[in-house]
Amino acid sequence: MDDVEDERSTLAWFLTGARGIFSLPAVILMLSFVGFCALTVQAGIPPEQVVFMTGIVWALPAKVILVSSILSGASLATAFLAVTLSSVRLMPMVAALVPELRGSKTPTWLLLLLSHFVAITAWVFAMERVPQVPRNHRVAFFAGFGITLVAANMVLVGVVYHLVAEFPPLVAGCLFFLTPVYFLTSIWHSARHPVIYVALAFGLVAGPLFYWIAPEFDILLAGIGGGTLAWGAERIWRSRREAAP
Amino acid sequence: MTSTDGWWAYAFIAIAGWLATDLWRWLGVLAGKRLREDSEALNWVRAVATALVAAVIAKLILYPTGVLAQSPLWLRLGAVAVGAIAFFLARQKPVAGIATAIAVLAIGLWWLGF
Repeated sequence: MDDVEDERSTLAWFLTGARGIFSLPAVILMLSFVGFCALTVQAGIPPEQVVFMTGIVWALPAKVILVSSILSGASLATAFLAVTLSSVRLMPMVAALVPELRGSKTPTWLLLLLSHFVAITAWVFAMERVPQVPRNHRVAFFAGFGITLVAANMVLVGVVYHLVAEFPPLVAGCLFFLTPVYFLTSIWHSARHPVIYVALAFGLVAGPLFYWIAPEFDILLAGIGGGTLAWGAERIWRSRREAAP
Repeated sequence: MTSTDGWWAYAFIAIAGWLATDLWRWLGVLAGKRLREDSEALNWVRAVATALVAAVIAKLILYPTGVLAQSPLWLRLGAVAVGAIAFFLARQKPVAGIATAIAVLAIGLWWLGF
């Protein structure tokens, strides 16, 4: 009896996660995918491959780099290296999410499987909403959101591929700009630890700085350098505050 | 054989796209499983993950691709600044910040003849 009860509520949480497709972050991501679709049309990549890429790579920045590698006629090794370097950030993102997500009995294989659905939007969404979900249903909630979001975008990309070529430049420009503006507001809005604000500020400065110093490894260096500095600064500030009477 | 032909195209996407990204996600799961939710190590991982995403954001705003590459930097920075003011005035409602920033950008692009 208990098992039936539990199974039903797991399904209910999966569906609650799936309803996240109607949230602001999901809508913004879909608009960004429309923008990405326009890029692939310009690059001359056939629609079936764009749909395949959406499902199997998922992270939008990685796909943009993959498409530009294909466009420039890069070799497999060069393209692999460029995408790998740009995707290192997925590791700390997943590592920060896993302790929030897993229950006491969550098997590792399930986490490995679900990690595929982590990209910036799903990460920001999950870090924001998951704390309000009972711990033993968090995996179901995230699975519902992640799977629905990927499937919806695969369909979207297939449908809009033939429509996006004629977008006026003003619309294309605004679609592109949605992504950074959305990331900024939602990270600030969803931050539950003071270190997030400091890291956000340090990363915004470190990104361009390292792009100027070492453009091939800029994101990686900005993340590790800026993030470590932000962590250290917040820690000193915190211990001083705790030491004060 | 170019990379947009037949099965090779799919193999190319699978190796250079899927393997190159999921590799890091899997490593993230293995690392994250060892982290306690209240530990200082997780705090550091959070800071690094956030700074990485922030660096991506800064690059998208400062060095955009496509149409925006031709737009002036002051317009993009101005749109973000006005959007940030609206965000804080509206008691940190994301929609307010996003809508304002996009509206400022759209008006600017239109005024510049895009």
